[in-house]
Amino acid sequence: MSTLFGDKLAIVNLGLASFADAAHTQGADVIHPEWQPPAAGERDTGLALASLFQHPKVEAANQQAYTAYLASQPAWVGMDRALAAIPGMGARMILHSGPPIAWGEMCGPVQGAIIGAILFEGWADSPAAARTLAQSGEIAFEPCQHHHTVGPMGGIISPSMPVFVVCDSEHGHLTFSNMNEGLGKVLRFGAYSDDVLERLAWMRDELAPVLGLAIASVGGIELKPLMAQALHMGDEVHNRNAAATGLLLKKLVPAILRLDIDAELKARAIEFVSANDHFFLNLSMAACKAMLVAAEGIPGSSMVTAMGRNGVEFGIRLSGTGDTWFTAPAPVVHGLFFSGYSADDAAPDLGDSVITETAGVGGFAMAASPAIVRFVGGAASDALAHSLAMREITLGQNPAFTLPALDFAGTAAGIDARKVVDTGIMPVINTGIAHKEAGVGQVGAGITHAPAECFHQALRALAATIAD
Amino acid sequence: MSLHLAILRNQYRDSVALMQLSAALAKLEGITQASAVMATPANLELLTRAGLLADAPDAAPNDLLIALQGDEGAFEAALANARQALDAKGGKGGSGPAALPANSLTMALERQPDSNLALISVPGQYATAEAEKALRAGLNVMLFSDNVSGADERRLKLLATELGRIVMGPDCGTAIIHGVPLAFANVCRQGSIGCVGASGTGLQQVTVLIDRLGEGVSQAIGTGGHDLHASIGGLSMLAGIRALKEDETTRVIVLVSKPPAEDVARAVLDAAISTGKPVVVNFLGADPARLPQHPQLHYASTLQSAAQMAVALVRGQRPADQAPALDAALASGARTLLGAQQRQLRGLYSGGTFCYEATLMLGGALPGLHSNTPTASVPAPDDVWEVRGHSLIDLGDDEFTRGRPHPMIDHRLRNERFIAAAADPAVAVILFDIVLGFGAHESPLEAMRDTLLEVRAMAREAGRTVHLVATVCGTNADPQNYARQWEGFAELGVMLTASNAEAVALARAIVADL
Repeated sequence: MSTLFGDKLAIVNLGLASFADAAHTQGADVIHPEWQPPAAGERDTGLALASLFQHPKVEAANQQAYTAYLASQPAWVGMDRALAAIPGMGARMILHSGPPIAWGEMCGPVQGAIIGAILFEGWADSPAAARTLAQSGEIAFEPCQHHHTVGPMGGIISPSMPVFVVCDSEHGHLTFSNMNEGLGKVLRFGAYSDDVLERLAWMRDELAPVLGLAIASVGGIELKPLMAQALHMGDEVHNRNAAATGLLLKKLVPAILRLDIDAELKARAIEFVSANDHFFLNLSMAACKAMLVAAEGIPGSSMVTAMGRNGVEFGIRLSGTGDTWFTAPAPVVHGLFFSGYSADDAAPDLGDSVITETAGVGGFAMAASPAIVRFVGGAASDALAHSLAMREITLGQNPAFTLPALDFAGTAAGIDARKVVDTGIMPVINTGIAHKEAGVGQVGAGITHAPAECFHQALRALAATIAD
Repeated sequence: MSLHLAILRNQYRDSVALMQLSAALAKLEGITQASAVMATPANLELLTRAGLLADAPDAAPNDLLIALQGDEGAFEAALANARQALDAKGGKGGSGPAALPANSLTMALERQPDSNLALISVPGQYATAEAEKALRAGLNVMLFSDNVSGADERRLKLLATELGRIVMGPDCGTAIIHGVPLAFANVCRQGSIGCVGASGTGLQQVTVLIDRLGEGVSQAIGTGGHDLHASIGGLSMLAGIRALKEDETTRVIVLVSKPPAEDVARAVLDAAISTGKPVVVNFLGADPARLPQHPQLHYASTLQSAAQMAVALVRGQRPADQAPALDAALASGARTLLGAQQRQLRGLYSGGTFCYEATLMLGGALPGLHSNTPTASVPAPDDVWEVRGHSLIDLGDDEFTRGRPHPMIDHRLRNERFIAAAADPAVAVILFDIVLGFGAHESPLEAMRDTLLEVRAMAREAGRTVHLVATVCGTNADPQNYARQWEGFAELGVMLTASNAEAVALARAIVADL
């Protein structure tokens, strides 16, 4: 029966194991998955998944989205002020990480960072006045990711802040991120003391112009090759950026030294970048955002093109469902805490840095960075296991980002929401942990997973767009 | 000798990996020199010096260059080779962790990409989604699960028709595909008789008899019991008939079903005729005289007759619908052993179609007969748990299997009914089936031995003889072994026949007109 049943029976047995054994003894190829109801047993979501399963329109859309993602060539091309650079940025607007959220709902670190941004902009002269202004409704709060922008932790970006400008030369779009302030008391964790604001002002007035001149003098820096090289040096370019920051410095230092400016300015700029192992993170994020913007807006595509957390909710977007966020409560991060802190101090998962996982690095590239799994007491082999597991839920492997420990395999990339729901394997995320109160700063780091509920909602919405 | 240069933008690779790639490319036929390098100024100079670079390329240090020297015809293959090596999915690292165990259709298809059939026995509320996914992935589906709604069944079967696939089921217990028994099925010789059946035990009976008569089965395709209802329209039976039409191994086709709605029957028989192959039809209980006549169509009145007619056709002989064989001397001998009170028959079946066939054959012959597989002339009993008079009970009915294993797997419930029947002074004959094959109990003989011995002992103490009449549905290749089971039951005093129809005929002859 060559037409209907092929030449040889190859069976997928879902359910009773004895049926698999019987067919196997009679010579059929049989695979018996340890089947569990997909979508945590939600029948409607299961049927939505079924309607999209290997659907030709979804397959073609995903191919298109994934190809665009792979083709993206992000380069850091310059520095600018948020108001001037970011499309849709308003003069009285503050951007935050994750999906949309109202002031009253925001978590402590985000509110703190907004107070800091208001003070930084000079819109209020005291924290109390800033809080009143934030509550008043006069300031617009919008997600960074509504503006091709990403920010770690609070992700707070106000109009006069300097931003990295990243250009995808393949598709021509720009993406943006703020500059990394370092660890400790910093705005992104909600601190707004004078020293925090002074540092921000210095970054705006001195550091950004120096970097802007340097990057202009070298004609931009391609980010994918730099990230790829960093993956071979122990980074996963989300929670570990030590190598990438070093590689960046190798390119920046000669350019900075050649600038016709005061030597002290050069030294301070180089010192600042050198002292912050996370400096590259924001560039990594803007590069990842650029790759994913390339994949946006393909009708029918189940590829995840954005993930983000605002400290209260975790949200995802699919290429095929436009600007809609699908949200669930942000999970708690399991990890190691700095001495004096515990899980009781932790804010729920926060920040746009999960854009790195969305683009196939970060947790997906954990095999490159065994040091990371120690945050959860894991072994090096756990890092490999995380990267391998992510292959089960992605459209492919990105040949631009290879993992030496996995025989130079490309990182799993292009999260397919259908595969997430069918397998129940959730995207793994490496992340820092913020203190739940504004301004305390980072209290630990660890590993978490995107919430399943986001993917359930997203699939139901996508299925509605496909239904005849 | 020509040169070729490919530029892969922003594809960073470390130099060791690229040296390995260069070496591999240089070994390809038609390639004399090959070099894969990052396009740094130093590397460009090296390529120029090696004669691999004619002009300075428009490449940046982050771009990967593949420079080839050799026959022009060899370049395309070499580049494909290079891309493949660069895109290699890689392993899991020397002593890395094992891949995750598959937990879903997605992962199963990843691990067994040539899968062509999904055998689904998950709870009914999830079965529809799994079946739809399997169909969309290009697989055929055998849906053992029940509790799938009629609307879902219709939707799945329409989708299957659209995709050129088949859904066997829902509630499909039996199939044999390429000689592989699926779910509840027997190990039959492979051959040239293809079967499509809406009834699981009906298919089992026909296929084991074909095997026992020395012929073989090409495919046995189950459709599930609702397939020939007007609302489904026999979509799976039609798909099955199409498959057997296209299957060159299949020379004769057997169709088994309860009588379908008239227009469904018409569609099925038209499809059967269109195969150009002889088709034996057993529409259980239908009057052949009232069905469409055609030289290709041969109507059988019992499952056994269907098997016999198919075997005759395959052997080029004239098929004839025959009544089941009866050893009249055996029957009359048995009658003489019965006490004056012993007049009744109790049928205790595990196969629904066997019970139904018995109901059809005994309706009219046994006054007051009740059956829980009722027909127009035989009503259902008021209470299946408490029956009196002549009765036929299918213990595989939902009423008995809710929260309990099927009686083909777990004999306990049926054994209790045997004891109850033996204690009833009115009972003359216990008629039953013994079903072997995959899915069934590993040895019905062991499962029933103590019960049958007790039935004998109870009858003896009461001064009665209770006749046990049965058929064994199985083959010698079944895990339980037909011959061994037969001998064991025969030793226990069970009167065994070749088929269910013969068992019913023998039981009828013993109790009729008492």
